[in-house]
Amino acid sequence: MNLTAVRVGFVPLLDMAPIVVAHEMGFAAEEGLGLDLQRAPSWSSLRDMLLWGQVDAAQMLAPVPVAMALGLGGAVERLDILQVLSVNGDVIGVSQTLADRLRAVGHEFGFTDAARARDDLARAVQTPVRIGVPFPFSTHVELVRYWLRDARLDYALCTIPPTRMADALAAGEIDAFCVGEPWGTVAVELGAGALLLPSRAIWAVAPEKVLAARHDWVCQNPSLTGRLMRAVWRAARWLSVPENRLIASEILARSEYVNAPVDLLERTLRGEMVVSAQGELRQVPDMIRFFDGAASFPWRSQAAWFAAQIATRHGLDRVQSIAAVKAICRTDLYRQNLRSAGADLPGASEKLEGSLHHATAVASERGQMILAPDFFFDGQIFDSSL
Amino acid sequence: MKLHIVIVEPDDTRARLVIDSLQPLGHQVTVISEAAGLARRVCDIAPDIVLIDMSNPSRDTLEEMALASGPMERPVAFFVDRTDRDLTQQAIHAGVSAYVVDGLQPERVASVMDAAIARFQMFRRMRVELETTRRALEERKLIDRAKGILMKARGITEEEAYALLRKTAMDQGSKVADVASALVTAAGLLS
Repeated sequence: MNLTAVRVGFVPLLDMAPIVVAHEMGFAAEEGLGLDLQRAPSWSSLRDMLLWGQVDAAQMLAPVPVAMALGLGGAVERLDILQVLSVNGDVIGVSQTLADRLRAVGHEFGFTDAARARDDLARAVQTPVRIGVPFPFSTHVELVRYWLRDARLDYALCTIPPTRMADALAAGEIDAFCVGEPWGTVAVELGAGALLLPSRAIWAVAPEKVLAARHDWVCQNPSLTGRLMRAVWRAARWLSVPENRLIASEILARSEYVNAPVDLLERTLRGEMVVSAQGELRQVPDMIRFFDGAASFPWRSQAAWFAAQIATRHGLDRVQSIAAVKAICRTDLYRQNLRSAGADLPGASEKLEGSLHHATAVASERGQMILAPDFFFDGQIFDSSL
Repeated sequence: MKLHIVIVEPDDTRARLVIDSLQPLGHQVTVISEAAGLARRVCDIAPDIVLIDMSNPSRDTLEEMALASGPMERPVAFFVDRTDRDLTQQAIHAGVSAYVVDGLQPERVASVMDAAIARFQMFRRMRVELETTRRALEERKLIDRAKGILMKARGITEEEAYALLRKTAMDQGSKVADVASALVTAAGLLS
């Protein structure tokens, strides 16, 4: 059978799993697609590859298409968010020096309480903290800023590529970081530092990476778009089966993909996080999620949350920004293309963000949709219609 | 007016190639070879243009500067300026990305980019050639060792040994070098 080639770009991270699994486990071939996976060395390169047609679709930091829709970053092209590839999956880590100071003020690295970690951090340091993040427009930046906005703490964000984060911490270029796995765990393995929080302690379902494509490509290739979405969605469903985690880790560990030890990848998929060089283990449910709880649905309200944060910081109109960003979340294509694949579809395309403290059943077409807790650490509720 | 150009490039040979193409145009060129402290060093130098290999992961650090610094001395990503699509396509193909201070005359930027693109392409070709040669040499060594093992174990001539390797590769639908590699590994385990 002849496969239609689709070029998909990625940056080596655990959260690219649905794309790699779609290719390696035959979900793309089932849809008649031959994925040509292209590794990008940095987020700016991947963005340019996507904008200039070197790739048709890409794994992308959720806030990148959002920032573009707001006219930031200089780009003039519109990127569509087709679906969410992963929620959660980042960690905040600190250098060995900072970890020692945190222990000195009584911090126990419990890895759950974001407010406590923030307050202990403020007590432990006197000088400004340099925090490494992978890109100026990223979930990492928004979560760190949100977490520290009321802290009595000076900090500066420095952009460091994910694969260099552990080295930068070891070399003293930065004092802390927020990075996608496995690069935080790698820093612990190298003895460069300790993990302070999983990103989900700040926002329990932060969308991390999305499947993005140029708006004009999506318009010109409706069938390819649909087939790609179904392949990636089925891969995410496959990833949600616990028995498949080992195979997924084995595939992702290869040098052409993440190029990291299998056991580190598998540990994070299981949510068993080693937070310090002493081997302290913390269980993190939902450390990273690809499918359950409607994880792949491109909720307009999630993109709107990013838009509201970015608009405030750049002095843009909040209402206009939120409206612009809702338009790029292709909930219409998600419904149209994934209904036939068996996806349960929510009754609404946006929700109150931060209102669920427990897993909650919501109205959906098949009546089987259970949303995961989505609370913010400070208890705020975000209403994108206000 | 001469421009101050920074090249972010850890490879000395390659940096020199680019310098050699830009200095004759009358520009001042500074090379930064280390990723550590990149943003601060670029700020200190305050160049007109920064050139960096697209495959260099530290590019994102420059991206941050393009977004964060003041609007007056803001370096903008060359790619997002679409006034010259051809030049941009060429640059992407050659794997060179550039950050240019806002307001710099497009012709001046174009002349620098033309020179840089030519050098990056030349270097890319050199790298591909080098890699191809290296792999061919390695494969030949491996096949020689496999032939030696077969000759000794089965008492056959060199031609017969090679024919056997080739036939096995064809039967399995794999490359001669892969069969040779498997044989060498197996022989190592059994000895």
